[in-house]
Amino acid sequence: MTTLSAPGSRRAWVYIPLTMMALFYLVPLYVMLNTGFKSFDEVSLSTMWNLPSGFAFDNFRAAWEALRPNLWNSVKIVVPAATISSVLGSVNGFVLAKWKFKGANIVFPVLLFGMFIPYQAVLIPLVTFMSKIGLAGGTWGLVLVHVIYGIPITTLIFRNYFATIPETLIEAAKIDGAGIFGTFTRIMLPLAIPSFVVVYIWQFTSAWNDFLFAVVLTNTENWPVTVALNNLAGSQIIAWNVQMAASFLAAVPTLLIYVFLGRYFLSGMMSGALKE
Amino acid sequence: MAVASAEKTARPTRKSRGNFFTLQHWWGILWVLPSLIAVMVFVYGFIGWTARVSVSAWKGLLADYTYVGFQNFTDLASDQRFAIDVQNTAIFTVVFVLGCLGLGLGLAILLDKGIRAEGFYRSLFLFPMAISFIVTGVVWRWLMNPAQGDRLSGLNLVFDKLGLDFLVNSWHGTPTWGIAAVAIPAVWQMSGYTMALYLAGLRAVPESLREAARVDGASELQVYRKVVMPLIRPVTLSAIIILGHISLKVFDLIIAMAGKQVALDVPAIYMWTTTFDGFFFGRGAAIGIVLLLSVAVLVIPYLWYTLRQESDT
Amino acid sequence: MTAKKVFRFVAVLLALTLVAAACGDDSTSTTDGDSTATTLSSGGADEVEVFSWWTGGGEAAGLDAMIAVFANTDPDITFVNSAVAGGAGTNARAVLASRLQANDPPDSWQGHAGQELIGTYVAADQIEPLNFLYDQEGWLDVMPETLIPLISDGGNIYSVPVNIHRANVLWTNPTVLADNGIDVPATLDDFFAALDALKAAGMDAPLAMGEQWTSMHLMETIMLASMGADGWNGLWDGSVSWDSADVTAALEAFDKVLGYTNSDASALSWQDAGQLVLDGDAAFNIMGDWAEGFYRELGMEPNVDFGWAPVPGTAGLFQFLSDSFVLAKNAPHRDAAIAWLTVAGSLEGQDAFNPVKGSIPARSDGDRSLYGEYLLSAMDDWASDTVVGSLTHGVVANDSWKSEIDSALGLFLLDRDVAAFQTALVAAQTASG
Repeated sequence: MTTLSAPGSRRAWVYIPLTMMALFYLVPLYVMLNTGFKSFDEVSLSTMWNLPSGFAFDNFRAAWEALRPNLWNSVKIVVPAATISSVLGSVNGFVLAKWKFKGANIVFPVLLFGMFIPYQAVLIPLVTFMSKIGLAGGTWGLVLVHVIYGIPITTLIFRNYFATIPETLIEAAKIDGAGIFGTFTRIMLPLAIPSFVVVYIWQFTSAWNDFLFAVVLTNTENWPVTVALNNLAGSQIIAWNVQMAASFLAAVPTLLIYVFLGRYFLSGMMSGALKE
Repeated sequence: MAVASAEKTARPTRKSRGNFFTLQHWWGILWVLPSLIAVMVFVYGFIGWTARVSVSAWKGLLADYTYVGFQNFTDLASDQRFAIDVQNTAIFTVVFVLGCLGLGLGLAILLDKGIRAEGFYRSLFLFPMAISFIVTGVVWRWLMNPAQGDRLSGLNLVFDKLGLDFLVNSWHGTPTWGIAAVAIPAVWQMSGYTMALYLAGLRAVPESLREAARVDGASELQVYRKVVMPLIRPVTLSAIIILGHISLKVFDLIIAMAGKQVALDVPAIYMWTTTFDGFFFGRGAAIGIVLLLSVAVLVIPYLWYTLRQESDT
Repeated sequence: MTAKKVFRFVAVLLALTLVAAACGDDSTSTTDGDSTATTLSSGGADEVEVFSWWTGGGEAAGLDAMIAVFANTDPDITFVNSAVAGGAGTNARAVLASRLQANDPPDSWQGHAGQELIGTYVAADQIEPLNFLYDQEGWLDVMPETLIPLISDGGNIYSVPVNIHRANVLWTNPTVLADNGIDVPATLDDFFAALDALKAAGMDAPLAMGEQWTSMHLMETIMLASMGADGWNGLWDGSVSWDSADVTAALEAFDKVLGYTNSDASALSWQDAGQLVLDGDAAFNIMGDWAEGFYRELGMEPNVDFGWAPVPGTAGLFQFLSDSFVLAKNAPHRDAAIAWLTVAGSLEGQDAFNPVKGSIPARSDGDRSLYGEYLLSAMDDWASDTVVGSLTHGVVANDSWKSEIDSALGLFLLDRDVAAFQTALVAAQTASG
């Protein structure tokens, strides 16, 4: 086959498929932004690939008007959910890695399996239960659900991290007379900050992107952005160009996180495959 | 990069026994108890509850737990719509998993060559992961607009302009195979992730092994086939399981792209419509249980294997 | 990232959480307010809790207009508007169901008039007959005689319809028809002739159709045209069998009609399909009369840019759908709920709601100065036509039956096997019975 002798020439051809693939990944982003920046007059399905003649913000303005309350709802759901999840996950991860009790090796997989279940298998009880306890409809019910179904992955990430911390640190703390609380807060927490970032980002992203739980558990006025966006796209009184701009707005927060904290994001992703 | 330098999977650092009656021991249990209870109720309790509904006659607004045995399951077996669901899931899974594996491995091999701007490309291939399936669905719905003639738009318009008329197609409007078109955005979204998994796997293959093969006169292609591929087979297995369970659960993407139509129906959507639009709670629960079992068949051996391997090391 | 920076990051996030928590409290207290109100108020001031899934657009505005009328007629009753929507009403129904299971019903709620309400809530013994109110208010004299059986069960009337939409409307592009020398078709045979002529003239898909529910809409109007009012009604009251030859003929007609529709239907909304007619890409579209509101919103002139007629073969028939309100059994505020229903059925209430929503009143004595050209023609037909119910919009079949028909239809659109479709429709009736 090809003799790939000179490193220089080898590199050169590599860029061709890479760049072609890059285009494939960028096409949707191009359409979202390109359409978003056109004025209403310029928008037409037959010219969707043409660049805008100038920067107009009609679409973004309209999309913002339509989605603003829902973006705020998403924030109200996602920030508490991610925060509480991080705290719970760190506690569980610490105990399961460093403060093992008899049966800890059973508890861990029992928790972990929850990560993979199809939520359709719990939907009927969930809706019934949440409305019985009066938490259906509002944003707090959704926070609770994201926290609980987030326990497996957050526990996993923290446990895997804590397991890498040398046992000698714990022993030393114990010799100094520290109990579980002291060991956790003084020794482990400061070390676990990178894991906090990973877990926070993971929970933020998955709660932000959730649709299924939100659509069964929130009222219209509490809809997060995904449900509202799907509704916009379904209603079609809203033109497709506004849908494009709205899609972009809905994706901005998680994209920003990805751009600025990509390393931590990826690390969370990898835990999903049970690999660190 | 975190992945490249990733440590071996976590390992338990000491045997935990002998301290059963100590205070410390109870503290540990106490700390995980809230989470454990929550998961017991919301995961296992609710699954049990769903299982109970799945063998009930519940149809209509008010709960009816009259036991009907496996009636709902046997009905599903002869339900033509469910047969479409199974067929669609199969097609979707094949296209999605193979697409992600092929693209992911290809990109990982290209990036593994130590090129400049590796970070840039890698970030580019991965960014769709950060986006929700709903956003993906809404955008691709317009890219894959099946309108023909002078109403041509989206990717079809590009094909037409480039003279690639033979590529113009009706996407998810195609009979039987329409679901494969829905898998394309899913590949777009998840192939970067597969690439990252493979890249981590490739980086873990010691350069000395490759070098040794090259010294033995192996071509670059042979190095990959004979040396690298066998070593990253576990990565492929992980990826198949992760991607496979995602494809069994696919829901949001189809709802956003195509709404509720039988042609593109999957079990997750059938469960949803039959339960909440048609009030067939028993049947909906049965579909939920079938979904759960198929995911469990895939995931439990994997979980067991991974955790056991971990405690062996 | 240094540890210090990360700490700051976490601190900011925690602060955000607190802010969000504070704001979150507001929203929970308002939503909770709705449900706790009923228990708190039993001894206090009079109020009525009405549960609806009208939360946007003309519907919500129409409801507000009717609430304003209610505030005038019954100033001492507080109106608690529990508008709960989501998942296109799906979510609201789940919430309502769980409240009914917990014996905590709202006083009144909204639903499509007919079997969607009867099959679900009468069957579960959750709503009261309203015959006394119809007698007391004289509504039987102002509502079409043929409407009453469709919203009744066993001689009992169960809901107060506030608005009426018509399902069997053929929308046309007058220019396309004139250019091809085609008259608006009056019978199914005329319709096929017109479609053939347009096809011969080079129009691939002269009849525009959209996603799956719009094909159910098309199906019900064609079946009505083929079977007539008695045949159609008989399907739902059990007097006509689903495996009869009449049904076969009707389904074959539907199958034939589908042959003239656009191939990308499944990817189009009803608005997209309507747009095809406006743009002259298609000549016809069969859709409910909310399409008229859509056309006018686009600035189109009635009878110039678009025309309308009853679906071919259904002249003299008015296939209706309606939003209506019910009275809960054991309503916590029964008298207040009856006062609300009285307003909902009153001339003043209906004339407040309908011009805003873009529909016609269920009463035939609406103030004609309030309605536009199309709606006036619909009002005339409503007063004189035979009224039959819509399937797609909840009048003739309950939700379970409808969803089974929807599955069967979805399969039919894939294989176009009329015999298998008919078998599946027979099974649908059994499964949901």
